[in-house]
Amino acid sequence: MSGAEVGLALSVFLACTVEAVEALTIVLAVGTTRSWSSAMSGVAAAALALAAIVAALGPALTRLPIDALRVFVGGLLLIFGLQWLRKAILRAAGLKVKHDELRTYEEETEAARAAGRPRSGFDGYAFTIAFKGVLLEGLEVVFIVLTFGANQHDVGLAAASAGLAVLVVVAAGVAARAPLAKVPENTMKFTVGVMLSSFGMFWGAEGAGAHWPGGDAALPVLVLGVLLMALASIRILRRAANRAVVEPSRQAIGA
Amino acid sequence: MRRAWAFVPAVWEFVVGEDWRTALGVIVALGSTALIAGAGISAWWVMPLAVIVLLALSLRRAAP
Repeated sequence: MSGAEVGLALSVFLACTVEAVEALTIVLAVGTTRSWSSAMSGVAAAALALAAIVAALGPALTRLPIDALRVFVGGLLLIFGLQWLRKAILRAAGLKVKHDELRTYEEETEAARAAGRPRSGFDGYAFTIAFKGVLLEGLEVVFIVLTFGANQHDVGLAAASAGLAVLVVVAAGVAARAPLAKVPENTMKFTVGVMLSSFGMFWGAEGAGAHWPGGDAALPVLVLGVLLMALASIRILRRAANRAVVEPSRQAIGA
Repeated sequence: MRRAWAFVPAVWEFVVGEDWRTALGVIVALGSTALIAGAGISAWWVMPLAVIVLLALSLRRAAP
């Protein structure tokens, strides 16, 4: 397996794990509070819709000329990766609230109870919430699977990594019978942000006609560079946040 | 047709997210890379420089 393939498999696995954990929380909430069969029907319908999107867009993307594909995919991955990275850095620096699965579970459970009991056997509320949750979380994974997979001409490997992540999360969820609150979601999102930004930069520049010094060997250097820059950003933002807390206290004491 | 247009804000939110300036910066950086490389000048440094600047500006805007 080449370095790019390892990067593809790892990025898709981590991204899919994070999204699957978030989807699992929603499905658990409506399943336990209302109807498991309706919630699972929603999950199955969303999974079919996601598979249809991959089947429709995957071959279309791989038919693009390689340079156009690299600019398109590289640009999208970079825009997407910088979004993930920015949020993960702000959360790690304590400037944005971290995702709390237990709180999300409690909110979803409360909303499911407040929606009232279903009139018939089929629970439309449980179906819709589970469908929407899995579809929305799954779309981000589909996006990463398609862009990475198409560019590497290995949608199969990307899809297999995503499938493995879903299996691991579902198995852990069944074993725990509770939201997976201990999964280090922000660290995983941070890692995915670093990988997407680095691969996006690499492919985008190549597609636009640039040549990296050292060829493919430049990719791990870019990953390391983005990682160091992101870690330094966290440190700087933490210091600035601490200073912002300390300064008013000093002024209050001085007054 | 109306239904198709209804998807535009959702797609925008999904791809571009909260910071449209970063997305615009990426497009400008890719265009600059193509122009510089097309002129026969080494252009690999444009994207790393753009990422450093774009991420720093985006964090600066988001941090209170």
